[in-house]
Amino acid sequence: MKEIATQIEARFAEMGVKVEIKDIETRLNRLINEFKVPAEEARRNVINYFLKEYDIPRTEFYTPRETHLVKASDINEDGRWITLRAKVVQLWESNHESISQVGLLGDESGTIKFTKWAKAELPDVVEGNCYLFKNITTSEYQGQFSVKFNKTSEILPIDEDIDVGSIPVEFRGAIVDIQNGSGLIKRCPECNRALVKGACGEHGKVDGVYDLRVKAVMDNGEKVQDILLNREMTETFIGLTLDEAKDMATEALDQAVVCDLIKNKLIGRYFIASGAKVDRFILVESIKKDEEPVVEEINMLLAHTAPVSQEA
Amino acid sequence: MAEGGYFREVAHRVFAAEFNESTLQARDGEDQYAPQYLLTPTGAKCNRVFVMGTLTEKEDVGTDAQFWRGRIVDPTGAFTVYAGQYQPEAAAVLAKTVPPEFIAVVGKPSTYETKEGHIVTSIRPEYIQVVDADTRDRWVVDAAKLTFARLDKLRGAEPDAVKAREFYSTNEAQYRDMVVQALESLRAQ
Repeated sequence: MKEIATQIEARFAEMGVKVEIKDIETRLNRLINEFKVPAEEARRNVINYFLKEYDIPRTEFYTPRETHLVKASDINEDGRWITLRAKVVQLWESNHESISQVGLLGDESGTIKFTKWAKAELPDVVEGNCYLFKNITTSEYQGQFSVKFNKTSEILPIDEDIDVGSIPVEFRGAIVDIQNGSGLIKRCPECNRALVKGACGEHGKVDGVYDLRVKAVMDNGEKVQDILLNREMTETFIGLTLDEAKDMATEALDQAVVCDLIKNKLIGRYFIASGAKVDRFILVESIKKDEEPVVEEINMLLAHTAPVSQEA
Repeated sequence: MAEGGYFREVAHRVFAAEFNESTLQARDGEDQYAPQYLLTPTGAKCNRVFVMGTLTEKEDVGTDAQFWRGRIVDPTGAFTVYAGQYQPEAAAVLAKTVPPEFIAVVGKPSTYETKEGHIVTSIRPEYIQVVDADTRDRWVVDAAKLTFARLDKLRGAEPDAVKAREFYSTNEAQYRDMVVQALESLRAQ
């Protein structure tokens, strides 16, 4: 209910009308809790009441506003109404009946998760096609952003191909963890998933195909960033080919030796990594040891506090 | 393990002098599984720390199983780390490393109250790695930068800053001086 009230308040605020949120809540509360009116109906009633009160024509209130066209990577605020020009990169399996489609959208700047509510009654999108998504909302959950399609959203197919996520992001920091599933792993030949104890989550016990990868956590003291190195990146960065890794594992009778080697080379050191950001990972396209000279930074830091240090 | 409600804690860069002055343990919420934090005098709310220094001493203080204690010295003081059977990788590194050596530690802060009522801080390592001198210097600059950043915010209204200020009556000048000395030690080399 609180949510509905804030939404109503925000919508009126956009039209330049200040409505007390307490008034909205009182009215909603009376309808919903006392008179058992369904939430949607109550919202309608309250909106209509204030429209009349402030003499705003209904059409003006309900006409969809032109929302701003933004880039996927610029989405950094919860509860914004936006327009997105993007390609459907991936469709995932919906795990709830209230969600008709869920997946990943991408534009030149990067990718973002989307959710299309069943209630929105919008046409289905097709993987690989590009659309203009009008009047969708942004949302945030634990630092991850996504967009949601609702009843007022519009999906317009566009006849061009969008190159997804070519602007790489850079992260500078120390590697503080190498996660399970790094090093020499086996993948399912059917679906390419990494096997856990020789079994695929989808296809059960299968004869896996060897692969090499690194799942690491970088940290700059203020933010954490997961990074992912595929086989090629891992081979050049660690200086170990897949075949050499296999030999190592065979000799030690243990796949974990490869992961240990990676840990010993990376943990506790500073790196600069860049690549496309997909979900919470940076898919690393380039990574190098951070060897920028520190002298300048030392001087800058000392200059910053010079007066204080003299006092002290 | 990274799905859903999981949220990885940032590894805070804290100098030894500040870390050892930290006595305020806090927990987010009542739940026994809620993460535990150590709040430092400049307002770093640490559930995880990332520190570096010179391993100067190590000793197996375990009675039955191996339990390694290491002393890691940075420009401001010394950290104590304890690694036993539940930190096998870190314990193995301590076991085989011959001091002095530069080492990096990623780990969880832990505190212990002595009979006299003193609170002693130490680190329970997730990882210990031998590193080179350049990496250690880079950490000193990193820790300096982040400690300054915390000091700059210490008079502000952020809850961690307010709590630290009220609990420790932090002497800002003293900590600025600590950072300056750490940086000067790099320049003197």
